Amino acid sequence: MAASFGVSSAAAANAVKSPALSPPSLPVIRSEARPISCRVNKSRKAGKITTKAVAAQAENPASAASKPGHEVLLFEALREGLEEEMERDPRVCIFGEDVGHYGGSYKVSKGLADKYGDLRVLDTPIAENSFTGMAVGAAMTGLRPVVEGMNMGFLLLAFNQISDNCGMLHYTSGGQFTIPTVIRGPGGVGRQLGAEHSQRLESYFQSIPGIQMVACSTPYNAKGLMKAAIRSENPVVLFEHVLLYNLKERIPDEEYVVSLEEAEMVRPGEHVTILTYSRMRYHVMQAAKTLVNKGYDPEVIDIRSLKPFDLYTIGNSIKKTHKVLIVEECMRTGGIGASLTAAINENFNDYLDAPIVCLSSQDVPTPYAGTLEEWTVVQPGQIVTAVEQLCR
Amino acid sequence: MAQLIRRAAALNKSLPAASFAARGLATASTSSITVETSLPFTGHNIDPPSRSVETSPQELLTFFRDMALMRRMEIAADSLYKAKLIRGFCHLYDGQEAVCVGMEAAINRKDCIITAYRDHCIFLGRGGTLLEAFAELMGRKDGCSKGKGGSMHFYKKEGGFYGGHGIVGAQVPLGCGLAFAQKYSKDESVTFAMYGDGAANQGQLFEALNMAALWDLPAILVCENNHYGMGTAEWRAAKSPAYYKRGDYVPGLKVDGMDALAVKQACKFAKEHALKNGPIILEMDTYRYHGHSMSDPGSTYRTRDEISGVRQERDPIERIRKLVLAHDLATEKELKDTEKEVRKEVDEAIAQAKESPMPDPSELFSNVYAKGLGTESFGADRKEVRTVLP
Repeated sequence: MAASFGVSSAAAANAVKSPALSPPSLPVIRSEARPISCRVNKSRKAGKITTKAVAAQAENPASAASKPGHEVLLFEALREGLEEEMERDPRVCIFGEDVGHYGGSYKVSKGLADKYGDLRVLDTPIAENSFTGMAVGAAMTGLRPVVEGMNMGFLLLAFNQISDNCGMLHYTSGGQFTIPTVIRGPGGVGRQLGAEHSQRLESYFQSIPGIQMVACSTPYNAKGLMKAAIRSENPVVLFEHVLLYNLKERIPDEEYVVSLEEAEMVRPGEHVTILTYSRMRYHVMQAAKTLVNKGYDPEVIDIRSLKPFDLYTIGNSIKKTHKVLIVEECMRTGGIGASLTAAINENFNDYLDAPIVCLSSQDVPTPYAGTLEEWTVVQPGQIVTAVEQLCR
Repeated sequence: MAQLIRRAAALNKSLPAASFAARGLATASTSSITVETSLPFTGHNIDPPSRSVETSPQELLTFFRDMALMRRMEIAADSLYKAKLIRGFCHLYDGQEAVCVGMEAAINRKDCIITAYRDHCIFLGRGGTLLEAFAELMGRKDGCSKGKGGSMHFYKKEGGFYGGHGIVGAQVPLGCGLAFAQKYSKDESVTFAMYGDGAANQGQLFEALNMAALWDLPAILVCENNHYGMGTAEWRAAKSPAYYKRGDYVPGLKVDGMDALAVKQACKFAKEHALKNGPIILEMDTYRYHGHSMSDPGSTYRTRDEISGVRQERDPIERIRKLVLAHDLATEKELKDTEKEVRKEVDEAIAQAKESPMPDPSELFSNVYAKGLGTESFGADRKEVRTVLP
């Protein structure tokens, strides 16, 4: 093969043989302005955190005048995250279909193959089961592959590798091997893409022990979650959404990482807790505008972490509002909403004034026709109605 | 006869365990012996290596001891299973020892081996101890996977042994991933991804082979063809049971898997090939005496005559025994004593493993997640403290 492999053998060899990472010195963003009470680890201190979800660097009076950060689209934010991690750690590599020369079907890995070579940004044949298995095998030796499913739905072909090998090897080997893979890709209902290309795999993967699942929804958390997922020693499945790739937002110039297990407070409120994630966050915020005009004060939380649930943030919210509405894109049966409902009922039953309402997509294959597709997923109007009923 | 036994016993007392090589051949223990393999190699798209294998008395005696140990371990596991100390699935490797022992002789610990569920002996070959093996089989704390894996999940990270996998064929893409990592870090080592004749019909094998060939990965796919995929004979499952030819554009080699020296020669040849030219398939023609697993009597789909026929004509340990005696490297008695010694070793390991406690209840939740970035995952739902990062 005449391709250039962009990793020097010495660097890679050293990196592979000494997996211990020095702790990063960059700030971690917490999404809530509440002091932490630490009962588990005595070395942590209780302290206040910034209310804004922006990197808490020392104030520089000179830069205060100009607007901080730079504007990116969500797919560019993902790419920035990937690129920064690949720069930082030579063990990070990408496996996927058309990620290299083509630049990624959603341009997430554009330019990376030119920069890092064909071995680090590997164009695979159409063999999801095997290249996911290869990623797991490579991860067992210490590499940190990022596997891209061109559409999340295709990863159903790799289900065995994801559940048995990715998720369970750390346990069945008695802790000998860690599998620091990231499995990412776009999923969710798009614009008339048809049933097989509109799948929500979070409901299928959620029972797999040993993996973590996160869903990004803004350019800010997309970059932060991508970086955190790559640095995590656990296998992480990062769910992106086909329709959110072109969202624009201003993100910080400084390096930042967000926590994989934390939910994001989108809009604090008093009347009802609305839990959502990924694209439905935007439907909820649209409904929230209407609700505010009608005099309601919803608290909107983007749960972000689908496995494990951030019951701390969610619980504190429920203790305040006593009413819960879950808005998700998964299907009603066996979806994330179903599990979240069960978890909340189990843990916070005393705080609920009303049964939990869960709005999910219909239990049907996503139809092609535009109107039918619209009725499959939850629309803002339905959210408004549900809140009104809940808060009666 | 009794006199001979007494003399042998006396000899045994004065000979320390590992001094085989010192017996009368101190100067010649590493001298070279050339042996012809039982059958010539058959190549597919490649010139097979020569039938003459270089070996030494030391090596032959080590082969004998190691294979006797493995055989003894598997027979002991059989009894333990029947005594209900080992539960679930238990797939035994007796009859196939030559593959594992010959392979180890050709490679080093930087090379990786990954296999399916018939992994007890390969684990031993990679540096696993009898105690770890038996404790794991009995689900005890001192097992190699802390009792949480079982028979099908033996691993030894330091020895380059990547398991131990229950789902047929799923280990082959993993093996290609190991080879990918070896190529990525350029450390001149290879991966042996082992599978059986049953797994040879899995699609993911061909996917993995395509990728390995496409990127010249140092992967060696080893098909341990024991002719039966559980209860189905190979001619009933495969249109073309010539598994070494299945690679098409990838060269293949058919090897007599009951001859440890042939296996050694083939693996050495394959390693050189893989480092220069990419993947190669090795088909080891071998045989298992036990059924597929302990729940399979092994006689409903094959005759007892067939099993005893193979045992008489092709048994790997017998072959080495004949070689050792023919080259006068040890006496019949010494070999028998080795076997007794090995038996004792196995019995001691079992006794020790039986003493090992069951895992702590808290082990149910350990190793589900690894700790990373200073964050802590608290199992199913994190209720208490939020994570704090360094």
